[in-house]
Amino acid sequence: MIDTREEVSGWCHPMTTTAIKAAGLGKRYRIGVSRASNKTLRESIVDAATFPVRHLRALSSSTRRATRLDSSHIWALRDLAFEIPHGQVVGVIGRNGAGKSTLLKILARITQPTAGMVDIYGRIGALLEVGTGFHSELTGRENIYLNGAILGMTRKEIQRKFDEIVAFSEIEEFIDTPVKHYSSGMSLRLGFAVAAHLEPEILIIDEVLAVGDAAFQQKCIGKMSDVSEQGRTVLFVSHNMAAVRGLCSRALWIDKGALVQDGAVDDVVDTYMRQTLATLGDGQTKLSDRVDRKGAGPVRFTTFATRLVGGQKEDPLRVGEDAQIILGYESENEQSIGEMIVFVHLIDSFGNGITMLSNHLEGTRFSRLPPKGEITCTIPRLPLLPGEYIVNLTCRMGQTLSDKVSEAAMMRVVEGDYFGTGRQLASKQAVILLDHKWTS
Amino acid sequence: MTSLGARELPIEPESSPVHLQIRPSHGWARIDLGELWRYRELIYFLTVRDITVRYKQTILGALWAIIQPLLTMIVFSLFFGRLAGVSSDGAPYPLFSFTALVPWTFFANSITAGSNSLVQSANLLKKVYFPRLALPLSAILGVLVDFVLAFGVLLLIMIGYGVPITLQALWVIPLSILALVAALGVSLWLAAMNVQYRDVRYAVPFLTQLWMFLTPVAYPSSLIENETLRSLYAINPMVGVIEGFRWALLDTGTAPGPMILVSTVVALLILLGGLFYFRRMEDSFADVV
Repeated sequence: MIDTREEVSGWCHPMTTTAIKAAGLGKRYRIGVSRASNKTLRESIVDAATFPVRHLRALSSSTRRATRLDSSHIWALRDLAFEIPHGQVVGVIGRNGAGKSTLLKILARITQPTAGMVDIYGRIGALLEVGTGFHSELTGRENIYLNGAILGMTRKEIQRKFDEIVAFSEIEEFIDTPVKHYSSGMSLRLGFAVAAHLEPEILIIDEVLAVGDAAFQQKCIGKMSDVSEQGRTVLFVSHNMAAVRGLCSRALWIDKGALVQDGAVDDVVDTYMRQTLATLGDGQTKLSDRVDRKGAGPVRFTTFATRLVGGQKEDPLRVGEDAQIILGYESENEQSIGEMIVFVHLIDSFGNGITMLSNHLEGTRFSRLPPKGEITCTIPRLPLLPGEYIVNLTCRMGQTLSDKVSEAAMMRVVEGDYFGTGRQLASKQAVILLDHKWTS
Repeated sequence: MTSLGARELPIEPESSPVHLQIRPSHGWARIDLGELWRYRELIYFLTVRDITVRYKQTILGALWAIIQPLLTMIVFSLFFGRLAGVSSDGAPYPLFSFTALVPWTFFANSITAGSNSLVQSANLLKKVYFPRLALPLSAILGVLVDFVLAFGVLLLIMIGYGVPITLQALWVIPLSILALVAALGVSLWLAAMNVQYRDVRYAVPFLTQLWMFLTPVAYPSSLIENETLRSLYAINPMVGVIEGFRWALLDTGTAPGPMILVSTVVALLILLGGLFYFRRMEDSFADVV
């Protein structure tokens, strides 16, 4: 890393100067702030009657109010310090709820830090969501202008790039159709197309790549590498370790609001993956107790188990033998569940996505399920190499996300005889096994 | 294999030496109107959005901008003009009340749109940075278009009644700005409060209704005979606006100078206070909304 401490005060040659410098950065939230914040005037008046002084402070500043010590607080981010030179592409990794999003929001100036400071040298653009501000009643064309302006582009800039944006989005024919008639994939593509044409010197991106179909994702990753090759500074927050490895040269690992490791991307991702596997392997935290999950419910995953067909639960899976994954689920309400779609994403210890198992892909419809129970997925002749795999679980009810737990469990696969010849393929040579025949 | 350290690639030479400092907020922050000006295109697009979306999927479309004050005028003319026989300073009562209803409808719709602007755009607040003032400002500018349409109808009614349009009518421009200042000021207070207290949403319709009866829309301010008291009445900034409108367009009574002066001072104070209150609350909008 370059020491730029003396250059902070002045603007020197961009190649060697600091783009982002954070010191002592902290953000404190009050627990349950979303519930407590929209309190009614009546509650406030009651407050006022009892503690007039406190009420005055509450009215004048909610951040002040948050510093009161009679309610519990959490530091979403604490004492974070780092420095990023111009032209570097940095990945920010960590579990859900580790503080990545909070860091992003502070850098994007959406929320204010409680402590510390950040200095940013250069024009900054932040992408926390695809298609922010899209209005369903407006046409694709109108939304391009609106979204572009929201992201900080000038009208001239949008006009200049308009054709390119439309071409990138692949929705030329529908550009004058209101967005409400678009499929979700189409509006995502349009949103990303606008975002991809944003050209700030410093770009902050939140997992926007985790959307769209595979081909479009590939296109987006391509566009992102273009951006980083143009020498722009990028801060990329993601769960996709393969993408982080591919795009970034350096990574920051944040856990429980603090910086755990800062260094070359491969070192940081490796340590992160090792630690994640170790944590999942020790079985300390039960899946049903995990709070770092997304989705509106009602269905949540409660257990994850694997077994060999005819074997015992908790047995490791064996290469080449029929394997079963058993998912326990529970619904908040008593009614039976219909149309549940489950995704099991397998990731290897390097962070590469290996494959996805889903009843949606395979064609099974769980049209009627009891409110609480288990579903089983059988994989004949497991074609995975020995090793430890990270499992991400997602459950959808129709279009809505019901539950999503990243790094939900660890799945161990031990050596076995896939080909029936007793011969093995080493893990370094491959990621999966393919059944095959030779003829002459 | 990528290496740690700055990549040896030049960035665009025109890169401007922008230095952005992010610090925890302390006390009363500075109001950055320059930044608001830099974001003028965003304000423009948000205004266009509001106007485009407002009358989508309606049969009457922009006619709604006219129907609202027009129907109110008819009801007022029947009940206050005919039945109650309220004085209209010598002008025909329908014209007398419509002249007031045009700026009043603008004011009332502005504070309704303005006070909801932040909450309605909660997702924007949580996902992207821009000067938050752009939201209430563009909401009000969107309503301004309705005002211009309704004003056109007012001119037509004046011609219909054979009222001459004189140079004095130009006073309408500064008076409209005064109405805008008052509407923006009140909106800033209400919008910022609405983020924290959703009660505002329920209070605003009631507030505008009450405020209308406290404003000489259906009746003339000449009901108050004492000159000093009448000037005090103009602490309600819409009193100055409406009496000014009537004087400029219908030439009722003498020029309401002191009233407009009082109204202007009060409107500016509300706006200034609103700006500071809004600015102070702004930093926590994204966390609270």
